[in-house]
Amino acid sequence: MSDSPDNPSASEPDAGGSGPTQRTATIDRPEGGSAGPSRVRQLLATVTQSLTPMVLAVIAGGILLALMGRDPIEFYGTVVDRAIFSESGRQETIIRMAPLLLIAAGLIVAFRANIWNLGMDGQFLLAVAFTAGVAPMLMPTLPRWLVLTLVLMLGGIIGAAWTVIPALMKAYYGLNEIITTLMMTFIGVNVANVLVKGPFYEEDPGRAFPATPVIEVADRLPRLFDTSIHIGILIGLIGILVVHYLMTRTSIGLRLNILGASPRAAHHAGLGVAKLTLLTFLVSGFLIGLGGSVELLGVQGYMRADWDPALGLLVVPLVFLAKMNGWASIAFVALFAVLANGGELATRDAGLPNDFILFIVALILIFMTVTDYLAVRRGGKGNPWIARFLASVGLRREGRDAE
Amino acid sequence: MTYQNPAQTGTEGQFEPSERTPVVELQGITKRFPGVLANDDIHLAVEPGEVLCLLGENGAGKSTLMSILSGMQSPDEGAIYVNGEQTVIADPRQALDLGIGMVYQHSTLVPTLSVIENLMLGASEKLILDASEARERLEQLAGMLGAEVDPHARAGDLALGQQQVVEIIKALWKGTTVLILDEPTSMLTPRGIDELAKMIDSLKEHGLAVIFITHKLHEALRMGDGVCVLRQGRVAGRLSADDLRSLDNDQLQERIVSLMFGDESGELAGVAELSAEVRHESGHDPSAAGSGRRQHAETATALRIRGVSLAPVASSHGLHDIDLELYQGEILGVAGVDGNGQRELAEVIAGQRDADTGAIVLHDGATEREVTGLGISSRQRLGLRYLTDERHGEGTVRTMPIGLNLLLKRIGQEPFWKRGAVQNAAIRSYTESVIEAFDVRAPGPDTPIGKLSGGNMQKVLLARELAFEPRVVVYNKPTYGLDVRTTQAVRLRIREQAERGVAALVMSTSLDELLEISDRIAVMSRGRVVGVVENGPGAEERIGEYMVGEVAA
Ligand SMILES: Nc1ncnc2c1ncn2[C@@H]1O[C@H](COP(=O)(O)OP(=O)(O)OP(=O)(O)O)[C@@H](O)[C@H]1O
Ligand SMILES: [Mg+2]
Repeated sequence: MSDSPDNPSASEPDAGGSGPTQRTATIDRPEGGSAGPSRVRQLLATVTQSLTPMVLAVIAGGILLALMGRDPIEFYGTVVDRAIFSESGRQETIIRMAPLLLIAAGLIVAFRANIWNLGMDGQFLLAVAFTAGVAPMLMPTLPRWLVLTLVLMLGGIIGAAWTVIPALMKAYYGLNEIITTLMMTFIGVNVANVLVKGPFYEEDPGRAFPATPVIEVADRLPRLFDTSIHIGILIGLIGILVVHYLMTRTSIGLRLNILGASPRAAHHAGLGVAKLTLLTFLVSGFLIGLGGSVELLGVQGYMRADWDPALGLLVVPLVFLAKMNGWASIAFVALFAVLANGGELATRDAGLPNDFILFIVALILIFMTVTDYLAVRRGGKGNPWIARFLASVGLRREGRDAE
Repeated sequence: MTYQNPAQTGTEGQFEPSERTPVVELQGITKRFPGVLANDDIHLAVEPGEVLCLLGENGAGKSTLMSILSGMQSPDEGAIYVNGEQTVIADPRQALDLGIGMVYQHSTLVPTLSVIENLMLGASEKLILDASEARERLEQLAGMLGAEVDPHARAGDLALGQQQVVEIIKALWKGTTVLILDEPTSMLTPRGIDELAKMIDSLKEHGLAVIFITHKLHEALRMGDGVCVLRQGRVAGRLSADDLRSLDNDQLQERIVSLMFGDESGELAGVAELSAEVRHESGHDPSAAGSGRRQHAETATALRIRGVSLAPVASSHGLHDIDLELYQGEILGVAGVDGNGQRELAEVIAGQRDADTGAIVLHDGATEREVTGLGISSRQRLGLRYLTDERHGEGTVRTMPIGLNLLLKRIGQEPFWKRGAVQNAAIRSYTESVIEAFDVRAPGPDTPIGKLSGGNMQKVLLARELAFEPRVVVYNKPTYGLDVRTTQAVRLRIREQAERGVAALVMSTSLDELLEISDRIAVMSRGRVVGVVENGPGAEERIGEYMVGEVAA
């Protein structure tokens, strides 16, 4: 009778339904769920709540298109045609999902532990730079599979390493990680550029910009079947699902969730808050760095100076909408990949800059915050993760339930 | 105005027509939570200058009813009248504007803000703008309370007893006409309770109405003009001022207990807690009650605290050269006003805080093991337990189910986790057995613990520390918020464990409690152990002397 409405089995259709006892240890959201009249209705409400900002953003984007004299129906038609209904476009959509999934996985680990690692872009880009620099050095001497494995690990380790300073500062001096991770990103992006222009640079008269050596297409991540889709999508899916499993079904995930819900309770229970904080940062950075390696080894093949897709900040709203649920994150990443991929063609057709997609992402963020604010004001629950984030940055006092 | 009183007791007092309109009146209030009917058609009224005591077992619905009155919850059915006018109380601010101030069972202060900032936050309607005026008001109200409050201390650093004082001041801040106190005495010493009683009397004289929730019957009898007993969400019965006057204490206690627990109250007849309270009321020596006590004489040491010191800081007296020895099977009480180093000492023992100097040594038969350098979880594995008095702040994770909170200190251990994977069936059946054994009132084992009533939450915490073969347990206010019956059951359990050799350090602000269960009682004041008294005849006086001596010093 007392299902929490957002327990993993409710917000994800097939989390391996192992019967009703599953519910005992559901730890999906910071706000405890109260029992509801029907699970289906709860699920529907959750889905609606999460999808609304996306729908609103798409509508608002459409209105803006119309104001600029474009045909919104045509625009979104192109997006869908390209990203879903054309064979190559569909494959491209899936390819785009790979790094996004890994970034999402990394963010979920951290955010659930109430650690706001916003240094994704630095961690990602440094991993890309090292992957692009080191893989070509190893290729001639070692078998391809070994190089790929080693370099993927290297990317993860670099990503993790780039969190160490914020992690130590947070764990031992209580320094706010939002600021330190953002600073580390600023530095990391520049260091990546220095690497590309320095130690990893390769002269190539055919290129107008400094870049690393190009990894042969044959040496990149293997493709799946006869498609252009590389195995990065599998790594991404496995990554986020393992994270989901860890966070909802294991003792280590529970520890992180407790740390996120109440650091004082974590300390009282003897969970070793400092070490747990370090671990969280490292795992988060590893996954994000892995995402960087996957993107380089799967798609780019080399890194040119000043290349920065800044994927990290794009993923943040997605995991919030997904309420830190792995399955829901896959869905939102897919939706976003459709928008980003189809949008590339659609904006070109409409004679708009590609940044229009970024604009829609910004709209998603805005609508997410606004709808949540309205939900809370109307006395509803709102998205508990947004509440937690706002409380972390001191913008909202975390209200306690009355006893 | 119809009172549908289901009670079997005669409660004529409530039916008397009165010239004065009640300041607040609740009619037919019903509140449902998933799986619980917390309030069921409740009628209640208080008049100016009246102190109404609200009694009832844990989970009876007292806090819920009051949070409806204070705007924290909205009722599913029923009406609220303020000064005779029907009113919808939408939020706590509106309640404050209507002159309804409430002190909740748990702290609502912002821990990172100072006392004065917290108070000014409550009054953000620009009633009191500048800090000096606010400090004056604070001094005035603190004076009324007979308390000393440092306006610049961080609220989070205060002991819970001091926080409660601040909460009361906060509730009075805006010129309240109805003051609701939800278990305000749970953190206070007998002296503090006396002071509170005096304060309530003076509020009464000023024409305020007071609704007072407590689990201590003698307080209800002493301070209340009327008593209302809730049971399973309904009004089980009332005692009017006339009833309180005409019956003697024994009769009243019996009456109230039978209202609180219904048919099951028989088993409570003559339990020490009740009789101790009656004796307390009539001036007998309560220490005679500790008949089950044993002498530690020849038993072995279980825990030794050697020269533990902690530097004082603005908000804490620190600890000064604490030397204590705890014997196997012994219950050592720690008496003193809350905030005199009890929490610090408990945390040093549990490993949550490092002492500046000194050592904590665990003994097991002939072997002794210094645990000073060990982490919290290593100490737990050695059988050292700590029941915190901060059940909201650190004791529980509010949003997580009862089961996980029960196992908070055993995460990853068999049989509840196997190779890291959660074993939900095992957790569930364990949780159900605890719910059964400790009589936890909850809709189910999956209920987030934050949804439990204060007393039921406390039962879960106790179950956590008492389970799995403890060897030395530090209890900070073990019966905090428990109803009479559960209090008794918990004391029995502590004593049972002592009989099996478990050593207990029981910190409590209730001297009655310590006199009832302890073998020896240490008195703490300003971070020092100022004396250790063998429990027995005359102990209460000696403890009193130690406490007063220190206060005067
Ligand atoms: N926010 C909530 N959500 C769900 N159930 C709740 C909530 N608040 C209270 N309850 C339930 O309502 C019932 C009454 O709780 P309440 O806190 O009013 O009890 P109480 O009489 O104050 O008990 P105690 O003496 O232990 O404080 C309990 O069963 C409790 O679990
Ligand atoms: Mg209560």
